[in-house]
Amino acid sequence: MTHWLIAPVVLPAMLAPFIILAARFHIGIQRVFSIAGVVILVAISGALAWAASDGTIMLYQLGDWSAPFGIVLVGDRLSTMMILLTSVLALFVLIYAVSSGWDNRGWHFHALFQFQLMGILGAFLTGDLFNLFVFFEVLLIASYGLMIHAGGTRRLRAGVQYVLFNLIGSTLFLFALGAIYAETGTLNMADLANRVTLISAEETVGIRVAAVLLLLVFAIKAALVPLHFWLPSSYAEAPAPVAALFAIMTKVGAYAIIRVYTLIFPPDLKVTAGLHDTWLLPAALVSLAIGMVGVLAAKRFDRLVAFSIIGSMGMVMVSIALFTPEGIAAALYYIVHSTFAGAALFLIVDLVRSSRANLDLTPQAPVASATLTASLFFVAAIAMAGLPPLSGFLGKLLVLDASFDSGQMVWIWAVVLGSSLVSIVGFARAGSVLFWKAQSVQPPGDAAKVVAPATLSYVAIGGLILLLALHTVFAGHMHRYTTAIAAQLFSPVPYITTVVDTPGKLSEPTEDQ
Amino acid sequence: MEFLIASAIGVMTAAGIYLVLRLRTFPVILGISLLTYAVNVFLFTSGRVIVGAPPVLRDNITTYTDPLPQALVLTAIVISFGMTAVVVMIGLGAFLGSDDDHVDDQPETPQDKPEGSA
Repeated sequence: MTHWLIAPVVLPAMLAPFIILAARFHIGIQRVFSIAGVVILVAISGALAWAASDGTIMLYQLGDWSAPFGIVLVGDRLSTMMILLTSVLALFVLIYAVSSGWDNRGWHFHALFQFQLMGILGAFLTGDLFNLFVFFEVLLIASYGLMIHAGGTRRLRAGVQYVLFNLIGSTLFLFALGAIYAETGTLNMADLANRVTLISAEETVGIRVAAVLLLLVFAIKAALVPLHFWLPSSYAEAPAPVAALFAIMTKVGAYAIIRVYTLIFPPDLKVTAGLHDTWLLPAALVSLAIGMVGVLAAKRFDRLVAFSIIGSMGMVMVSIALFTPEGIAAALYYIVHSTFAGAALFLIVDLVRSSRANLDLTPQAPVASATLTASLFFVAAIAMAGLPPLSGFLGKLLVLDASFDSGQMVWIWAVVLGSSLVSIVGFARAGSVLFWKAQSVQPPGDAAKVVAPATLSYVAIGGLILLLALHTVFAGHMHRYTTAIAAQLFSPVPYITTVVDTPGKLSEPTEDQ
Repeated sequence: MEFLIASAIGVMTAAGIYLVLRLRTFPVILGISLLTYAVNVFLFTSGRVIVGAPPVLRDNITTYTDPLPQALVLTAIVISFGMTAVVVMIGLGAFLGSDDDHVDDQPETPQDKPEGSA
């Protein structure tokens, strides 16, 4: 049993109170500790991902209590890849937050950022459904604070909608957990996987309701149409670095769907048959279409990016809804891509915002360092819209290839290709209005006040774009690895036996009865 | 007993959903509170309803109630209590800032300025 598995949860959990208690009034010290913490997190996550890459399933029993009585953390290929993705994203987002001064526009940015990381990383690592709920709440309550960071009426109003929507989601989650516990008597994922198959065919009402409720909860997190209404306002109004970090939050929903619906309710289980192909796939196709139409229809730049996030989540969910190893592998490749592309776009929105009166898509005077900002936007938009040569194109090809044998192949191809065209038009229009037509507008008299963004901000965005480029160049390696992840997900027996059969404290009775 | 608990959960959930669908912050927060009450009772009964039995091992007692749902309820109560406090504070801030407590987006007025712009 390796103790390193709990380090990604403990490190931010210790760092955040330290920042609040010891460095409350010193933004410099906060920055140093926060960045150092995230660098260490990247190292730990990388080492864990390396340790899990040969197919080992790492198990950490809290307090040495064995499952299903104790809480366990499990690190397999999928979990460790997601925590590595999160910590790498967090590093670049944090560099941007520091360089742009966003962290100094309100209180406790760094502490909330660390709590947010603790929640996300814990949600990826936990092997217990109730613990997943608790980590969801940790990441949500930190995100409420981050979402209204720096204040302002519009942001608070968007924050109210965001908090209310997620509170309803949490309540639904509890209803689902109660129903699952009443039906099976356990909330440990591996133990559930064993017990769900034992439910007799006549008594599946409760567990079916629970499975649907759970899917609804994760679909809210993943912003799947028609549960996406919270996303555009809150992502558009959130501070840019926070919105960029939120790019991983929708993926937490996607991760939870992959985990629960391959391990506990696998596609060949009779109880939940039809859930993914009858319900999930059409919802995912509609999300993809609505997201990309929203890109074309948006009147503000930040809303445009928020809708492109919905569209890319639609693409991920289309691929997940196939529930084949190829589909999951393609979805995981696309998750990595869309996380970096979405985060880069939100940061570029902030570059534009910092030297412009507003974000309306109307011709206005050129932004500061227009050439550099425009070229970054150009590359990020190509990636997000899925044009060659970047990873968005490869990811889309993988999704199309994975859906080739599916019964809904015609629908999937039509929606994916049609929405790509719409999003290309949308991004091209936004780019030409923001950067091209701006050249013909005379700057107003007070234009001298415009300050160019810090060099470090460009380093952060450039780093994300560089990761996208690497994701493209090493696409073969990445796809082989995501295929290995999918293979591990579709043969869950090692996962289940590792969790259930590892002995812990009191596993061996010390006195005979 | 089962009927009483089941109907209480049902009535609270129905009232909560009705209030959540209102347009202003106050009834929506009340509705969410009702929903969390309903879910707490629901979680409590998910380990079966056994009246008057202890959840902790004692001598000379053979009937026990399931202790795990009680622990789950405790966690759920603490979390929903904290979350309600957070949403009240944010809602109050939004109301005091804009003099309007609608939950949905209102048509924008020209004097709205984007916040946080440098």
